Amino acid sequence: MIHLIEVYKSFQGQQVLKGITLEIPKGQITAIIGRSGSGKTVLLKHLIGLIRPDRGRVLVDGVDIGTLRGRVLDKLRDRFGMLFQGGALFDSLTVFDNVAFPLREKTRMPEAEIRKRVEEKLQAVGLAGMGHKYPVELSGGMKKRAALARALIMDPEIVLFDEPTTGLDPIMLNAIHRLIVETQKVLGFTAVVVSHDIPEIFDIAHRVAVIHDGSIVAYDSPEGIQGSQDPLIRQFMTGGVQGPSNLSRIVQEDL
Amino acid sequence: MEKVLEGIGRSFLHLLQTLGRMGVFLCTALFLAVVPPFKSEHLIRQVHFIGVKSISIILLTAAFTGMVLGLQGFYTLRKFGSEALLGPSVALSLIRELGPVLSALMVTGRAGSAMAAEIGIMRITEQIDALTAMGLNPVKHLVVPKVIAGLITFPLLMAIFDVIGIYGGYLVGVQLLGLSSGTYFGEMATSVDMADVKMGFLKSLSFGLLVTWTCTYKGFYTGYGAEGVSRATTEAVVLSSVLVLAGDYLITSVMHVG
Repeated sequence: MIHLIEVYKSFQGQQVLKGITLEIPKGQITAIIGRSGSGKTVLLKHLIGLIRPDRGRVLVDGVDIGTLRGRVLDKLRDRFGMLFQGGALFDSLTVFDNVAFPLREKTRMPEAEIRKRVEEKLQAVGLAGMGHKYPVELSGGMKKRAALARALIMDPEIVLFDEPTTGLDPIMLNAIHRLIVETQKVLGFTAVVVSHDIPEIFDIAHRVAVIHDGSIVAYDSPEGIQGSQDPLIRQFMTGGVQGPSNLSRIVQEDL
Repeated sequence: MEKVLEGIGRSFLHLLQTLGRMGVFLCTALFLAVVPPFKSEHLIRQVHFIGVKSISIILLTAAFTGMVLGLQGFYTLRKFGSEALLGPSVALSLIRELGPVLSALMVTGRAGSAMAAEIGIMRITEQIDALTAMGLNPVKHLVVPKVIAGLITFPLLMAIFDVIGIYGGYLVGVQLLGLSSGTYFGEMATSVDMADVKMGFLKSLSFGLLVTWTCTYKGFYTGYGAEGVSRATTEAVVLSSVLVLAGDYLITSVMHVG
């Protein structure tokens, strides 16, 4: 289980996370939704220790990840898989080598076994036969899927997805969601999915946290969030421009 | 007045901070270089990139450097009737100074800039974060092979530079201007001793470390976006070149005093 306790983080004087407390249950899919710039990615990066909190603690099975360094931290990270927002594929390697990378670097698996596993994963994300291509030759959606294959290749216990379906067409969006659900069922990993896909995300998540302006404003089952009467959550669900979270300030600043 | 002092203080603190960070970066890299696991394929790839791919540019610059040394040296020495010393003059200039310095500067321009840009782009596109998230140390993975490859390839490239440069001088001095081959190489053999070769070797070894350290550091701590990477690349090349020249003076003076 991952437990965030009163996590604060600011960058160059701007407070991004304002005392986040959240319990992410083991073996379930937790979705984090919220407007762009609300701190979702920063929150996700705290879970794997890519960003350390200014204050507060991030506990992974009771271990404070903020206090770990070096090999101990690397060892803990072996239990994680992460899909980055932009894919973060190594652009000097082919898709195949990208997906095979963690296996080659972290295990002593024979090349034939690596080939088999990578091809299986590429097949699962709909990229069979694309292994020889370089990331630059792929569309945005294909990059995402290649990155997803890489995130899952080590069969991690905890997988962090940063907008796994942004930029995908509706068919591929559902296919990726189904892939997440199915692999999660088989492998039983703990998944944290940062997403903008409303209402699709409610079909796959067991729990949904709504983050607004650096704070968790709701944390409930998908049904609970969908049935919420909170004006802020309602506005986010319906995508209304008018409401508690208004754009006028941003628009005025832009002008 | 207060503001001026404040500005000076801030710049000084910034400088100290940067130097400290560079020091920690190098110590981390050197420490990780001796800690397993060792992956030879990354090192071989870097030796190929920094060393093998620099050979053609080293051959070209070395040949012309040697030729111009031969030409200038010949006419200058002739004024004093001592053309016979052309061999030693070309060889000593190359082995002590120009070989290590020019080869380091050429490799900085070719491979150093690429190192900074590569790591910088990996930083801004979250590829370094991806390595970290996989539980792989990005310094061990990206910086260590480049630093070790620098230590291996710089002295070897310098050796090639020296030999080709000496033959460049031979081409002009002996083949074009008529000095005897025996005089050119004979005088060279009596004047150049092991201490000169050692000095050149020590210099190129130091430059190998300085250049790879500076360039990887600049890439690793690049600014934001394309502009950040372009600035990091420029700074990497400029700072490396300055450090090579300053380091050259320092090593020469220390070794002469010593």
